[in-house]
Amino acid sequence: MRPSLSKPSLWAINIDEKRTYEIGMPALIKSFLLSILLLTSVAVDAFTLEELTFDSPEQQTEFRELISELRCLVCQNESLAGSKAELAQDLRNEVYKMMRAGQSQDEILDFLIARYGDFVLYDPPLKPSTYILWFGPFVLIGIGAVFMVRALLRKQSAPDAELSDDDRLRLKDMLADRDGKTDQSS
Amino acid sequence: MIPELGHVALILALVVAVVQASFPLAGSLAGNGASTGTGNRPWMTMARPLAYGQFTFLIIAFACLVQAFLTSDFSVLYVGQHSNTLLPDIYKVSAVWGGHEGSLLLWVLFMAAWGAAVAAFSKNLPLAVVARVISVQGMIAIGFLLFMLFTSNPFERHFPAPAEGRDLNPLLQDFGLAIHPPMLYMGYVGFSVAFAFAIAALIGGRLDAAWARWSRPWTTVAWVFLTIGIALGSWWAYYELGWGGWWFWDPVENASLMPWLVGTALIHSLAVTEKRGAFKSWTVLLAIFAFSLSLLGTFLVRSGVLTSVHAFATDPERGLFILIFLCIVTGGSLALYAWRAPEVSEGGRFDLVSRESALLGNNLLFLAFTVLVLFGTLAPLIYEAFDWGKISVGFPWFNKMFLALAPFLAILLGIGPAARWKHDEPGRLIKTLWIAFALSALVLAISSLPMFSGGHFWVPIGVALGAWLLFSHASIVRDRLKNKRGFDGWIADLRGNGRSFYGMVTAHMGVALFIVGVTMVSNFQVEEDVRLSPGDSHELAGYRFEFLGAEKAPGPNYMADRGHFKVYDGDKQITELYPEKRSYLGGGMPMTEAAIDAGLFRDIYISLGEPVGDGDWALRLYYKPYVRWIWLGAILMALGGTLAVSDPRYRTARSRAAAAVGGATARA
Amino acid sequence: MGAASTASSTPASHRVLVALVPLALFIALVALLAFGLGNDPRKVPSPLVGKPVPVFSLPELTDPGRSVSDTDLKGTISLVNVWASWCGSCRAEHQALMALSEIPDFQVVGLNWKDDAENATQVLRLTGNPYDMNGYDPDNSVGIHWGVYGAPETFVVDRKGIIRYKHIGPIDRTVWEETLQPLVAELQAEG
Repeated sequence: MRPSLSKPSLWAINIDEKRTYEIGMPALIKSFLLSILLLTSVAVDAFTLEELTFDSPEQQTEFRELISELRCLVCQNESLAGSKAELAQDLRNEVYKMMRAGQSQDEILDFLIARYGDFVLYDPPLKPSTYILWFGPFVLIGIGAVFMVRALLRKQSAPDAELSDDDRLRLKDMLADRDGKTDQSS
Repeated sequence: MIPELGHVALILALVVAVVQASFPLAGSLAGNGASTGTGNRPWMTMARPLAYGQFTFLIIAFACLVQAFLTSDFSVLYVGQHSNTLLPDIYKVSAVWGGHEGSLLLWVLFMAAWGAAVAAFSKNLPLAVVARVISVQGMIAIGFLLFMLFTSNPFERHFPAPAEGRDLNPLLQDFGLAIHPPMLYMGYVGFSVAFAFAIAALIGGRLDAAWARWSRPWTTVAWVFLTIGIALGSWWAYYELGWGGWWFWDPVENASLMPWLVGTALIHSLAVTEKRGAFKSWTVLLAIFAFSLSLLGTFLVRSGVLTSVHAFATDPERGLFILIFLCIVTGGSLALYAWRAPEVSEGGRFDLVSRESALLGNNLLFLAFTVLVLFGTLAPLIYEAFDWGKISVGFPWFNKMFLALAPFLAILLGIGPAARWKHDEPGRLIKTLWIAFALSALVLAISSLPMFSGGHFWVPIGVALGAWLLFSHASIVRDRLKNKRGFDGWIADLRGNGRSFYGMVTAHMGVALFIVGVTMVSNFQVEEDVRLSPGDSHELAGYRFEFLGAEKAPGPNYMADRGHFKVYDGDKQITELYPEKRSYLGGGMPMTEAAIDAGLFRDIYISLGEPVGDGDWALRLYYKPYVRWIWLGAILMALGGTLAVSDPRYRTARSRAAAAVGGATARA
Repeated sequence: MGAASTASSTPASHRVLVALVPLALFIALVALLAFGLGNDPRKVPSPLVGKPVPVFSLPELTDPGRSVSDTDLKGTISLVNVWASWCGSCRAEHQALMALSEIPDFQVVGLNWKDDAENATQVLRLTGNPYDMNGYDPDNSVGIHWGVYGAPETFVVDRKGIIRYKHIGPIDRTVWEETLQPLVAELQAEG
């Protein structure tokens, strides 16, 4: 069942899907006009839900959340929920059918991943191949934090006794003038 | 002829930029100028007139393009692609920056404006510093002008001229989006001043408190612009895109957020460098990062490396150009940094419990956020490069990652400003803050009750963190006022050197509003898709939406279907709303124009979907509590920044700092 | 004071090394971005490669009485080509497909995707029919199972009915000579 109410967008969608493979073509094709069409496809949200009936408001919410976390493959970074592309409609309907048939979220996701790959998921699951994605930043941040804490401790333990007389003078100078204007790098 | 004049002005601006990049800098280095600051005076004095000249030529070029748009000169290819005779005049002007070429022109124009501003407001700076700063800006201008002239000339002619232009993207025909890019670019480009100051300091080999004091107000102003620009973009997305979202973590959004995050770290780190002479090389590094990330954003948006909702027309050739430019600018400055930084002293000893430590923590967290955004944005590319499979990284990932770190930032933000420079006693800090802590704990407890939290985990946390910021800053202000005598004392403080302090407090209150707004709207918003016939009513979040029907409503360059709604709270009608669906005559897809009843505590938001026969319409209704607080928070942050910049310290001190440097130079 | 203390607590070589870290990270970033410039972010590899073709059955486009199903893809090496009459790039590869249909021990199977039967047959009448058979899938009921997300797409299927390769975008001379032909030759050698 393809809801009739999204029909007006058909034209733009055809252009969209054709464009998918015209990446390598000269700049002419990629004129801003086309990106305008892509842009507008975000603008108008798909109101397909209206024709879909659900057992409960919870099911509707679940459906909305599910399709908003799935990526529309032909679009430029849009979710299935936000896209008017025809493929997105097809996939939405597929998700809807499966949900109505009583399939679980995981089953629906597995179905899509088996056909389109992990790329459809905006929320990549935690598994060995995504460890880098989920933990990588924290490792980087951790390394940064270690460096900072070390710098902090060094600051703290820097013994005053090591200061030369000249430094001591300058320090006094600096403390007297809290603005630190006279602090000169050496 | 006018477009050719614009083209010539661009070429002349390039010539000026070449002179600007070479002579003042060479002059400042001549005769061992780096260490003595004497150099070749005539060459250095060229800096200011050159900066003005650069600005003048770019104003001419920009005016020529505006003129081409206003007269609908479609023989100019860029005008033909982005305008239309039916377009209202205001959007003809904003269409100038509605596409790649024109937005680049706006970018270089702003850069020249910042250069001219530096030239005009730096009377007290040593000439060598001015010369170097303006030269560095000239170098960046060369890159952008070459880029424009060779790959993206906005004045390119196209014969025969089409009779009608293609029209500006309807999404951009909106006031919010007309001013969003200029604000954003003022911010991006503003960081070039901080960058130029940093490079000038590295070239001169002198990184000191005076340097920090000079570049600090410039950096703050740039940050204020960027804050407003990002907030405008978010607000625009909210009301114009029709899905009620205010942030989607799209690469384009991330591209603007990264310089902001590093810029925020930078303005805090500059505070330490200015006050205490510490973190010098670190601050310089942040200044380089902030501007480099602006350039990286330009690359990401214009190269087509990542798929994004609203990218410019992308082109690998342009991408390659920007990448090479990025290599030269950032690679060059990081090499300079690697050469100079080891010699920089890291003065200013401080203890674990001190303002410096807190600001270091701030820097670490903001850098961590930047790493998150950068990593998340580039992760799909990293995975492809290493052949680990193709993945998408979207809002669920970013939200989870940010939520993992944000509470730490909010907690620290309540403590940091209370701590004293160099050394503080934990006991004194506790004495200052315990009431604030107790009150926010109370808020946490109360908001944890199911009747307030609605069972949402993050609600009590977000609300309590907002309260914590409010109470702790109240304590900090009270602490400061203890030493001022009454109301008069406070006014004097506000007139005098207290402004940067109150600016900080204002900005931090913005953070509190932002946190509460985000928490409330993400947890309590309600949305529903419905089908309504004229006369039908629908209940949502306690409000009753009555649909009275839809009718045709023509606009200047579009035809709209306009729905008519009455919204009731109980029996009381609170507002009438007219959401529209527009079809622009220039073609393209229909656009939804959401109708919003905005309020401090909630928005009611209707977007019109499609007609579904018999006068029925498919609609989406939203209830968005506290969503305004998000942008109010941003406005407060920007206000705070403005207040801080107005601190008289930056005017009087600049001369004192200059004198100090002069004295130091004499000693050396 | 900092100068003296930090300088003495960390050797000069160490400080230089630390100062080089940002540059090193930046170079890594540039390498990544340079890779990105040559990479098309919109091409999504198929997880179906290495797996048997999905079970399906569709009416034949020009002969609705007949059906096209997964069993038709066993026993011969097949090129399954997703196309539509509205798709401009499909027309661009049409001539290449015409040439391929001459190869022995090899069939070109069309998947007419989200199309209108009348338009599609007319295209075949006007420009020639390179397909040994054509599944007609107007509502994407089978396309979804093949993970199709645009046209043209082309799958290479071996004799056992295993998908061995997916090409996204039009097939031209280079694609054929450098990628598809060697693969087909390899499959033929497998026997």
